[in-house]
Amino acid sequence: MQKISKSRLYELFDAVAAKQDLYIPTDREEGAAEYKKYESGMKLTKELNTVRSAKDFFFPQTENLAEFRLEGKNIEVKDIREECDDFVIFGVRACDAKSFTILDKVFLCEPVDSFYKNRRDHGTVITMACTRPAETCFCKTFGIDPTVPGGDVSCFDDGENIFFLANTEKGEKFVESISAFLEDGDTDKLMEVQTRAREIMGKLPLANLSTGNFGGDKLNEYFNSDKWAELSEACIGCGTCTFVCPTCQCYDIKDFNTGHGIKRFRCWDSCMYSDFTKMAHGNPRLTQLERFRQRFMHKLVYFPANNDGEFGCVGCGRCLAKCPISMNIVKVMKALEAK
Amino acid sequence: MNNDTLIPKIGVVTDIRQDTPDVKTFRVVAPEGGKVFEHMPGQCAMLSIPGVGEAMFSITSSPTNKEFMEFSIKKCGCLTEWLHAMEVGQQITIRGPYGNAFPVEGDLRGKDLLFIAGGIGLAPLRSVINYVRDNRANYGDVQVIYGSRSKDDLVDYQEIIDEWMADPNIEVNLTIDNAQEGWDGHVGFVPNYVKELAPSTSKTVLVCGPPIMIKFTLAGLKELGFTETQVYTTMELRMKCGVGKCGRCNIGNKYVCKDGPVFRFDQLGELPDEY
Repeated sequence: MQKISKSRLYELFDAVAAKQDLYIPTDREEGAAEYKKYESGMKLTKELNTVRSAKDFFFPQTENLAEFRLEGKNIEVKDIREECDDFVIFGVRACDAKSFTILDKVFLCEPVDSFYKNRRDHGTVITMACTRPAETCFCKTFGIDPTVPGGDVSCFDDGENIFFLANTEKGEKFVESISAFLEDGDTDKLMEVQTRAREIMGKLPLANLSTGNFGGDKLNEYFNSDKWAELSEACIGCGTCTFVCPTCQCYDIKDFNTGHGIKRFRCWDSCMYSDFTKMAHGNPRLTQLERFRQRFMHKLVYFPANNDGEFGCVGCGRCLAKCPISMNIVKVMKALEAK
Repeated sequence: MNNDTLIPKIGVVTDIRQDTPDVKTFRVVAPEGGKVFEHMPGQCAMLSIPGVGEAMFSITSSPTNKEFMEFSIKKCGCLTEWLHAMEVGQQITIRGPYGNAFPVEGDLRGKDLLFIAGGIGLAPLRSVINYVRDNRANYGDVQVIYGSRSKDDLVDYQEIIDEWMADPNIEVNLTIDNAQEGWDGHVGFVPNYVKELAPSTSKTVLVCGPPIMIKFTLAGLKELGFTETQVYTTMELRMKCGVGKCGRCNIGNKYVCKDGPVFRFDQLGELPDEY
């Protein structure tokens, strides 16, 4: 496999960033890791993953959909879309890489969301294999092997070198473009690292969590479960889980009067919020129980029902780390399946 | 880049009819004339006044009308108040059509049809009724049972009197909730009226109205011997995208905007009771 010595990695980043925007996970001054546009001198984070997911790259928190100019009784609709520039994201973990394929199922099915597709077409996803999965990790539950992370190019770290393996045509193009930096490498040490990572995964607290009791055919069994009341009781409806979730994709569309015209924008929304389904004549999800149930039924039952059994979770563990009341999908799964 | 359904087209309001104290019917055409897009009865469109908001409305005109689309809209919120304040000539934005349709070229063909509507619930059914009238040979008996709070609240009253009631091929039964001067027709709630009229169970039913009216009408139909597989309705939940992506109008795994709004009651019965 082709590799680069880690001592030359930032040299490679400089070369890539000279041609197109490159994003890497780096530490903010306050400490938390986030993706940032690479500039010379920036260092990769030592954290396992970023606080926010990588979905922003393709489904940003806010974006403009159209603009309107009003004049008397007339309206002018302005299509403000532009082909975006090519960009590269380096260091995406297997869970987040998988989340892109889940978002694809929503945004690339007919009618295709051109805003999402535009960025998807122009973004190259370079993943990084996990060597030290965290206690909150449960990607294996959803069939993900974090030591083989996917994306357009998979990268592997053996401690001294980074190995590159192209998975797609786009990935091959990228590896070709950096061939001057790469040399053939011996993967013996890499195999050892991989084996050790898999051993750690087997010992993680959530290693035995299974989706076996969930899926599209479980609608009636779980919708009317009496567990929802207790599970949702402490939920404050803050929406943090949906905010950090790499697969949550609900959105709102709103207009903003700039003073020079109207901008119509789309922004993340959350099924945990009370006004999410509120209409002039009422609200079908009146209490937090219904809203809480919606989120987990969507990931564990509705999404697989509509997507050939695929679940709407990648086990990244962000909601486990961030929920202010320590509620999360793992607790929900365990409670629901306990007879 | 290809067209994106989220980027709307322009519609011009060419006629505004005050139907009831709180319902107006708006006629909409493309700026260059003609319809902005084609649709089938039961489908919906997203209408918007930029800067105010955007919402889903059923298309009340029949697709057999080749000149314009119509929307009957009840004033009940922010956007609808703005729509009601519009004058003829005003442009709005419009996108669609969204959702499935009543199966006028499928299951409904050749059938005896019974339309049951309450209040503004007539709006989506009017599209089907006029489609059926324009393709009359393809359908059996047609009966319309329609009720409202008062005579003044009957939507499309003039069309009902001038066209539907004058049409020997349709039976129309009107009712209002409470007796009032100038009304010598039936008085009483729609579900009770349906039971009194006891329509033949050979009919396929299309029902739309307030949730409470639908609930009691369905119960009444079952008492008369109708089964859920004979009864269609059309649903309404909050929507933003119209294409099953924004994530809010689902009932179980079905999106009302994409898999609906038309459902048969046996299909609805398989979904969670969350609407």
